[in-house]
Amino acid sequence: MLEIKNLQAGIEDKPILRGIDLSVNAGEVHAIMGPNGSGKSTLASVLAGRDGYDVTSGEVLLQNDNLLNLAPEERAREGVFLAFQYPVEIPGVNSAYFLRSAVNEIRKHRGEEELDAMHFLKAVKTKMKELGLSEDFLKRPVNTGFSGGEKKRNEILQMAMLNPRLAVLDETDSGLDIDALRIVADGVNRLKGPDNAQVVITHYQRLLDYIVPDFVHVLYDGRIIKSGDKTLAYELEEKGYDWLIQNAA
Amino acid sequence: MNAHTDTIDEFVASDYKYGFVTDIESESLEPGLNKDVVRFISAKKNEPEWLLDWRLKALQHFEKMKSPTWPQVKYPPVDFQDISYYSAPKKKGDGPKSLDEVDPKLLETYEKLGVPLHERARLAGVAIDAVFDSESIGTTFKEDLAKAGVIFCSISEAVQKHPELVKKYLGTVVPYTDNFYATLNSAVFSDGSFVYIPQGTRCPMELSTYFRINAANTGQFERTLIVAEESSHVSYLEGCTAPMRDENQLHAAVVELVALDNAEIKYSTVQNWYPGDEQGRGGIYNFVTKRGVCKTNAKISWTQVETGSAITWKYPSVILQGDNSIGEFYSIALTNKAQQADTGTKMVHIGKNTRSTIVSKGISAGKGQNSYRGLVQVGKKATKARNFSQCDSLLIGDKCGAHTFPYIEAKNPSASIEHEATTSKIGEDQIFYCNQRGLEPQDAVNMIVNGFCKEVFRELPMEFAIEAQKLLDVSLEGSVG
Repeated sequence: MLEIKNLQAGIEDKPILRGIDLSVNAGEVHAIMGPNGSGKSTLASVLAGRDGYDVTSGEVLLQNDNLLNLAPEERAREGVFLAFQYPVEIPGVNSAYFLRSAVNEIRKHRGEEELDAMHFLKAVKTKMKELGLSEDFLKRPVNTGFSGGEKKRNEILQMAMLNPRLAVLDETDSGLDIDALRIVADGVNRLKGPDNAQVVITHYQRLLDYIVPDFVHVLYDGRIIKSGDKTLAYELEEKGYDWLIQNAA
Repeated sequence: MNAHTDTIDEFVASDYKYGFVTDIESESLEPGLNKDVVRFISAKKNEPEWLLDWRLKALQHFEKMKSPTWPQVKYPPVDFQDISYYSAPKKKGDGPKSLDEVDPKLLETYEKLGVPLHERARLAGVAIDAVFDSESIGTTFKEDLAKAGVIFCSISEAVQKHPELVKKYLGTVVPYTDNFYATLNSAVFSDGSFVYIPQGTRCPMELSTYFRINAANTGQFERTLIVAEESSHVSYLEGCTAPMRDENQLHAAVVELVALDNAEIKYSTVQNWYPGDEQGRGGIYNFVTKRGVCKTNAKISWTQVETGSAITWKYPSVILQGDNSIGEFYSIALTNKAQQADTGTKMVHIGKNTRSTIVSKGISAGKGQNSYRGLVQVGKKATKARNFSQCDSLLIGDKCGAHTFPYIEAKNPSASIEHEATTSKIGEDQIFYCNQRGLEPQDAVNMIVNGFCKEVFRELPMEFAIEAQKLLDVSLEGSVG
């Protein structure tokens, strides 16, 4: 599904990613962990095509399409979804309108018929119920005045509606209380299927109590220094990152 | 490799789709401004003596005035002797008696502008007065309105058919001495709309005037007068377009509104004059005076969507003379390319318990400069006057500017005046967020801007709100690279 080969990228002349190799198959959940400043969020940004990062080398293939040649909106339509660490407020733009526009852009790209307001509402309300979200969410402007937890839940709702092939969650767990964490995890688990994959970037092990990854990777100084199964996460929880960093050095 | 270069950096031309010229034979005065020109216009319109005198007094006054320098706009001095003050499509014989006799080329023009005048294609529920250069070419739904006692015609026609009404109200809200451009307008105004709503009448449909500048080197000086008798109600909308030309053209209009006791006037403007190009070549100078007076319990509401013109200079104002009267001003002003706008309002509280609301949304893109200028004045006797003002500015890119000049003068201690102002920038992060959900950068900008303007769109009549939204989208075309 996703094939990252020797990906090197940075901001201006400062290299951040120094050669990432990662294979993610359909149906898998990969967790990417690592200390602050290791390049986790940069990886998420580069995958989604955020402006300001220079890719100096490497390839990112999503089912054989090189994502790096596509504009952010084209990547989104190809099925790349980024759950933002800091979801952005868009004052005055109704959440339902925003989400329907997004859903229809992606449906158009897939050659599917656009959803009218009625069908969209029906679909979104079902998803909201599953995620335990109240309906007033839809009437409010996108993320505006939302609490931290509400913003993250809104990301998960969008993800559920857009049904991406590749979902990248950038520290979606940060700043969440335990109830919100459960909702986020539940959303991720519901999305999991044989045709899609998820990359969960997290600083803490605790999210992985709820989302069980097939693989755990440790990112340090722009490289993956260790990969393993879910037990690696427990080991990190217990021992921290230092032992790995020393091994790598 | 950078997959997507700077989203908000490049500003390219968008097409102004109303920039065509209608090839029609017209009768234009030689450029120049003097008594003979004023006499010519007045004679052309077969005006009574008092009106000619009034025009001549205005001209005399104008000759002593200097053009204002306080607006936050830059432009070379206008040579008033270099402008033609009258241009009208040539009439065959006595001129058209009804719309069926109007030159098909003119009807075609309005059709192209999306304002069909033909009976079969007319907008349902909207009566339109179409003004082409200096002349009104026809008014739709006249008979239906007449049944309700509503007068809706060109001001030239009103001078002929209802001189007593025109004489009673013309210049009472904006006197000929008011300001430089209003004075010029008083001397040379050619046409415009006249509306009269009788006592206790709710106007059965939206009234609308569509202004079109076609001829080159002419100024358009229209004058609109709306009188709402006691306990009447009217909603009026004006739209404006002009061809693309490299020269600047002057548009100096005056609008006067009179809302008598318990009356309500809602006046909406969608202004889309040709804005000129990126280098600031061409475009309309839109120097307009709009003012209304409210008697007891009356209400005047101005809503404007200003997307066109090279320079916009206008301050639709309300004089809250009667007790409990209400004034409102809702504005969206967008400047893209090299456009400049200095716009806002004046709310003059004279009566007791008068209330005013100001909501101004300024959007600057390209090299556009946008200023809000507003005055809230509370007189000595205006006990318990209340005002709420909100002025928000949105910047797109880093070559544009937004400025706010709020003035408050309160002479009554019981007045309550609130002012809120914000300036924000459409961030790369907002656009990226939308992109990441599959939306094109331009659609993202449009969505963000429309969200920003929501409170004002809400005030427009339904069918025009949609038009205005589309217009905003078109005006923003090319605002992201």
